[in-house]
Parts: sequence; C-alpha cells; structure tokens
Amino acid sequence: MGPLIPQGVIDPAWNNVFALLIGLAFGFILESSGFSSSRKLAGVFYGYDFVVLKVFMTAVMVCMIGLLYFDYMGWMKLSSIYILPTFLYSVIIGGVIMGFGFILGGYCPGTSFCGAVIGKIDAMFFTVGLYLGILFFSVLYPVFEKIYHAANLGPVQVHDLIGIPAAWFAFAFLVAGLIAFFVVSKIEARAKKVEY
Amino acid sequence: MKAPNRNDRSTRYLNPYLGGVLLGLLLLMTYFITGRGLGASGAVKSTVVATVSEITPDYAHRSNYYSQFISDDESPLNTWLMFEVLGVLAGAFLSGALAGRLKLKVEHSPGITAGTRLAAATLGGFLFGLGSQFGRGCTSGAALSGSASLALSGFLAMMGIFGTGYAIAWIFRKIWV
Repeated sequence: MGPLIPQGVIDPAWNNVFALLIGLAFGFILESSGFSSSRKLAGVFYGYDFVVLKVFMTAVMVCMIGLLYFDYMGWMKLSSIYILPTFLYSVIIGGVIMGFGFILGGYCPGTSFCGAVIGKIDAMFFTVGLYLGILFFSVLYPVFEKIYHAANLGPVQVHDLIGIPAAWFAFAFLVAGLIAFFVVSKIEARAKKVEY
Repeated sequence: MKAPNRNDRSTRYLNPYLGGVLLGLLLLMTYFITGRGLGASGAVKSTVVATVSEITPDYAHRSNYYSQFISDDESPLNTWLMFEVLGVLAGAFLSGALAGRLKLKVEHSPGITAGTRLAAATLGGFLFGLGSQFGRGCTSGAALSGSASLALSGFLAMMGIFGTGYAIAWIFRKIWV
C-alpha cells in the first residue's frame, strides 16, 4: 500500500504541498522543544541539558518501531522506502567534521533555521557558514570525489550487518535508550545549573 | 545575572519525550507518504547549486558536481527539501511567536563576547555544511532519518557527530560553560 506517493495512491502533484505541511510540523516541533537555542542544544555535551538526546532518541525509537510495525502489518514494506547507502569512509569523515561544527556552532542545519527565523543572529551566521561550507565542498569536489565514493557498501541496514532480525535490534535500541534516559536524568540533577 | 522568571512563558518548552514522540510520528508519516525521511542541509545545497549555476552557467555544466543537479526545464530550487525547509521556517516562526520568543539577539555564554560567538557560529556552520556533504545528509537526513530506517550510514553519522562532540567538548568548553 505505502509509501503513498511512490505507489501512486496519492498523485505526485501533491508532493510539494506535503513537503510544506511536513516541514511546518517539523519546524514547530523543533522550536517548541527548545531547539532554536544553541545554549540549550549544547547542553547535551556539557551535561546541563539533555533535551537533544531525549527528543532525538525518542523520535528514532518511535519511528523505527513504527516502520517495523507497518512492515509487519503489510501497510508499507521496509524494502520500499529509501535507505541511505553507506559509503564507509565518507560518512565517518562527514560525521567527525559535523561533530566539530556542532561544538563550535551550537547548531545543526535544521535547528539553525529554527533559531534564525525567531531572531537568533548567531543562528543566521551559522546558516551563512553552512552555505560557504557546502560551496567549498562543491568547488573542491574533484579533489574529494574519490574518497566520497570509496568503500560503497550500498543501502546496508544495521541488523543485516550484525545478522539478527530487525525487531531484535529495535528492541535492544529501545532498552539502550531507556537506560540512557535514566542515566542522563541523574547527570542533569547533579550538573551545575546554567541559566540561559 | 538576572535569574530567569519561572513564569516567563518564553523559557517554557514542550516536554522532551512528548516532542520526541511527535517527531517520531511525523518522521514515520513522512516515510509513509513520500517513501523518504526528513532533511535540512539538502536545501542549502540546492541554494548553492542555484546561485553557482546562475552566476557561472558554463562552469556549472562542466562540473561533475553541479551538473548532477541541473536540468534544462527545472530550477535547481524546485526540490522537495526546499519546500520542506520553507515549511520549517514557517513552523518554527509560528511556535516562536506563540511562545513569545521572537527577539533579535546574539545568544552566547556570559564568558565570551558576541563577536566570538558569531565567529564560532560561522566556522561551526562552515564545518557542518562541509561535513554534511561527506555524510550525504546532516543530523536530520542522515542521523535521524537514517537511524530510524535502520541504515548503517545513519548510525555511523550519529556516532560520528555525537562521538566527536563529546570527544572535543572539553577543549571548547569556554564557548559554552
């Protein structure tokens, strides 16, 4: 049955309308969770505010279990959705560079849009940086092209790699997440309060 | 420093677990409707492609990079993610307006100046933009949507971003605490 637009249940002409509506909800949820504040976001790295971990992990759990449930019920096969392919070197390099970006900038791209639109000037500067960083990559693409395409494992999923059913992995992830929530609540209670 | 007013609604946020459940359901719905996840950095990439192909069309057509995203009958800005990000801006503005958080300011720790914060934010943005191209997506497209769909790449991006963040947090602590 699903996904609805690729399967022709909904006319593709609606694609951009859904994009706007989905984005509207995405921005609303991020901003109302406090993701428009870099000091709140950075708290996850300094132990005074774990909102990033709580929202992010909960969202991954809910969506992961939902996708497996939809697959089980036959509403939407897991094999019918887009699975990000793994280019081993490129994704590790990218993740490390993004980690530096997060600590220095205090935002990630989506959250910087939320901060910028409610008037955070630092978030506006971050988005200018984003533009320049992507421009830098695209101009130097001939230099990066080889490593960018190296070690292509294809759209591999993590449970296949470990060799267990997807549901087992999701269950383990759920348990790990709940333990993480408990641990961070203890750390937050002990951390020096930061007012912002 | 002035203690924050507990009754000030601008510092009140959604319960993070409720926010997470809503975001998870939204992501699930996005997969169910479009077959793909959420994103953010892709919209900035489209903006880069659009400006470069406007300023130097010959270079853009010759480049292995830009030519992937240019077609003769459509603007490089006509992408799903561009519309999604326009929605994000509207949604975040609406939420900020309802909570009384619309305020022009440079948010920074009292330990650094506004100028330092802006320089760090610009450099951070530059690195995040660069990294998102290697990662084939940022926190939204790679880490969140990728992990939720069990893609190995999503977990690697998530561990890369947060692992590096924790590894270097101490070095850059002056910026934040």
